[in-house]
Amino acid sequence: METLLVIVVALLAVAALTQAVRIFEISSQIKGTDTDVKVDDRDNNTQGWLMILFLVFFFGAFAWMVNEYMDVTLPVAASEHGAEIDNLWNISMGVILTAFLVTQPLLFGFAFMFRGRKNRKATYMEHNNRLELFWTGVPAVVLAGLILYGLTTWSNVMNPENTEEPMVVEIYAKQFGWQARYAGSDNELGYANVRLIEGVNTLGVDPSDEHSANDIVTNELHLPKGRPVLLKFRSQDVIHSAYLPHFRVQMNCVPGTRTQFQFTPNITTAEMRSKPEMIKKVKRVNALRAERGEDPWEFDYVLLCNKICGAAHYNMQLKVVVEEEGAFNDWMKQQQTFAEML
Amino acid sequence: MESHEHHKETFITKYIFSTDHKMIAKQFLITGMIMGIIGVGMSLLFRLQLAWPDHEWPILDALLGKWAEDGVMTPDIYLALVTIHGTIMVFFVLTAGLSGTFSNLLIPLQIGARDMASGFINMLSYWFFFVSSVVMISSLFVENGPASAGWTIYPPLSALPQAIPGSGTGMTLWLVSMSLFIVSSLLGALNYIVTVLNLRTKGMSMTRLPLTIWAFFVTAILGVLSFPVLFSAALLLIFDRSFGTSFYLSDIMVAGELLTNQGGSPILYQHLFWFLGHPEVYIILLPALGISSEVISTNARKPIFGYRAMVGSILAIAFLSFIVWGHHMFVTGMNPFLGSVFTFTTLLIAIPSAVKAFNYITTLWKGNLQFTPAMMFSIGLVSTFITGGVTGLILGDSALDINVHDTYFVVAHFHIVMGLSAIFGLFAGVYHWFPKLFGRRMNKNLGYVHFWVTFICAYGVFFPMHFLGMAGLPRRYYTNTNFPMFDDLADINVVVSYFAIIGGIAQVIFIYNFFYSALRGKKSSQNPWRSNTLEWTTPVEHVHGNWPGEIPEVHRWPYDYSKPGADEDFIPQIVPMTEEEIATSH
Ligand code: HEM
Ligand SMILES: [Cu+2]
Ligand SMILES: [Cu+2]
Repeated sequence: METLLVIVVALLAVAALTQAVRIFEISSQIKGTDTDVKVDDRDNNTQGWLMILFLVFFFGAFAWMVNEYMDVTLPVAASEHGAEIDNLWNISMGVILTAFLVTQPLLFGFAFMFRGRKNRKATYMEHNNRLELFWTGVPAVVLAGLILYGLTTWSNVMNPENTEEPMVVEIYAKQFGWQARYAGSDNELGYANVRLIEGVNTLGVDPSDEHSANDIVTNELHLPKGRPVLLKFRSQDVIHSAYLPHFRVQMNCVPGTRTQFQFTPNITTAEMRSKPEMIKKVKRVNALRAERGEDPWEFDYVLLCNKICGAAHYNMQLKVVVEEEGAFNDWMKQQQTFAEML
Repeated sequence: MESHEHHKETFITKYIFSTDHKMIAKQFLITGMIMGIIGVGMSLLFRLQLAWPDHEWPILDALLGKWAEDGVMTPDIYLALVTIHGTIMVFFVLTAGLSGTFSNLLIPLQIGARDMASGFINMLSYWFFFVSSVVMISSLFVENGPASAGWTIYPPLSALPQAIPGSGTGMTLWLVSMSLFIVSSLLGALNYIVTVLNLRTKGMSMTRLPLTIWAFFVTAILGVLSFPVLFSAALLLIFDRSFGTSFYLSDIMVAGELLTNQGGSPILYQHLFWFLGHPEVYIILLPALGISSEVISTNARKPIFGYRAMVGSILAIAFLSFIVWGHHMFVTGMNPFLGSVFTFTTLLIAIPSAVKAFNYITTLWKGNLQFTPAMMFSIGLVSTFITGGVTGLILGDSALDINVHDTYFVVAHFHIVMGLSAIFGLFAGVYHWFPKLFGRRMNKNLGYVHFWVTFICAYGVFFPMHFLGMAGLPRRYYTNTNFPMFDDLADINVVVSYFAIIGGIAQVIFIYNFFYSALRGKKSSQNPWRSNTLEWTTPVEHVHGNWPGEIPEVHRWPYDYSKPGADEDFIPQIVPMTEEEIATSH
């Protein structure tokens, strides 16, 4: 595939180059004649046809990309609100694709249809109120719909209704890594501040706070399926951004401030691994890895950094595991509490 | 106003410290082009890294030295290149290069003025820009490398040399350079505003201004209102960096060191930055749209469709651009209600934008299209303006932005709608007004080749990036190889880089055409495109004061192309209305 593209591109380059050389020759031949007609019918004809040709090529390439590349895009959302976001995404995409697919042909089509000819006369047309009202009105109405739907979704996502108390977990960012701190049995995080960082207490948790003792600091983020989780974000040094693409979650981690995001994961890691699209993706990726002599990969959710934060910004990851309640509790039991850690 | 014809001019006052707007326009253009070559060149370097992360490139070793020993660049220099590329393209090429060139060239010529309101301030504006460029380039050579916190230089990263080496001397120079740049912009913009308001020739009412002038005028207003805010943001950052204040810093431990700063907010910086940053994208875009309006109407041999709607949408876009900055900050933890407000205002911008797109398309309808290279680039601009604009509906929608914020989807969006559209506008302007700049014409066929290669490669580079973004690939990543989930994106990255390299190299065609034509091109006639606007009534050879005699009076709007009843398919603005026209006009 790759080599094919290289060849096509190389051919294109060669074609462009020979074109250019030929044109140099032609242009030096006609140097003497200097007419004031800057483009003639032949130019207009050629360029007009190229416009149409381009349109065909453009849409062809677009269709090809959709066919080839949609596979690499993110799989179904693994969270409750994520499904809502994806719905809004699909509808918005429908709207903008329609706009795109209608206007580009109009543009290049008109360019072709009305390419200049010596005895053609353009139609003098200053404006047309009805037409203009129409194309102001249509986008306005469509947008009103999109805005309403968008804002409803946004408000559902940001202010979720709680039927059960969300599990509180802190996500702690620093150059260049992540840690998670579970609030423990009392579901309240102990107070923390960078000023309290000392020795093993790398998150600066205040040992004298009564909520601290049962906090649990981990290097992986495990979440039980179906239970709302309230992530609270903190950063030690610069701004990072906690991005969980599979869950449609993202929130900046800002030093000096706390931010948060609540969501409910609803597809376990195991379930995601067995989705046909994921099996296909893993296969594809592992074929590539085998070529390069790398270990095969098994799918895992991941939290990555999405705000430029320094040299290793490209490598700040935290493994995320979604599992059934039972498995989650077992994992939890194996972790040390903050008190034990000290 | 008296004319300056009898001024004695030396080489220095004519070519270096010139106060003539036409010469200053050329100075801006050439400086902008040089910066453009550097900026695009940088993007090619980091495209090598993105497509072939472990490959050893002798060229990188040669160019980057200690930052690419064995020909593989370090993460630090990658970020530095991205940062300086973005800064140069946004500010130096598409703000100063574009506005500086065409506002300077066209405002006096198209409104019928002998020069800018203040030639001296105009000269200062260029020289501040020049020094600012030199400082920015010199920052590439400092020990710890240039600024590398992204072109948006968010603190604390940009405030703390411990956090990233580029935040040392490199960042200081970046801030100095940008401060000079802001001064340059403000001096230029004030001059443009005063000139448009005061120096219009007789008969040139605001409703008879070409759309180019409307665009430059509104752009200048945006600049005057927004650049000072960037200046204050930069100033506070300078204080935090050098004088121990805590405007943006609080509770930080970096590289094992606990800082004493307390009480500041990094988010404050973002509000200040984007209060400029969003209008800035229109400061880049509006002049390009103005240029294409003029070029499309002239070469369609038809009035621009809906002149009033075009002016109205420029004003609406300009106004709205001041109340949408929060769409860059949806995931900073801002109050969700505030997010809703910004979503609402942002999506509103789609309406005037759609109006503009439809008006361009309708201007082509039943025209007699003359495909000059300038016309080709203008049509290309309309295409990219639409393609890039529609994805704004996704990114402006806070709920959707959660998942694509800061991914390659954003990179695709802003490059297409702002980068490509503005670059195409710049090219259109150069091809169209080259005869006015140099009295000669550029080679048409080279122009066609340049257009098609550039246009195809431009889409080839940026269209596939949408898919990268939809795969969740974050921007500003030195390499994607640390996440197996991105392994199958490698192919796309290779395709993108091929197109980038070809498209970049194709600019040689333009540069050759530009310099060759400036020196040896065919002499142009006075009005080569049979255009209506005033600049084409000035002599081909530049004279100080623009018109040798009286400044002509204006009798009509600039878009009387193919008017029924006229012999020619254009009626210059200086031609008085006939009895009949007056009777039928409204
Ligand atoms: C050959 C042409 C160009 C190529 C191949 C190119 C490519 C890129 C790439 C790959 C990035 C890095 C994205 C990231 O990691 O965040 C980038 C960043 C950027 N580019 Fe370009 N670009 C080109 C032209 C332009 C133009 C014309 C503009 C003008 C607006 C521009 C403005 C920017 C900006 C503002 C950034 C963001 C820098 C940052 O993240 O701090 N680029 N470009
Ligand atoms: Cu980070
Ligand atoms: Cu914006």
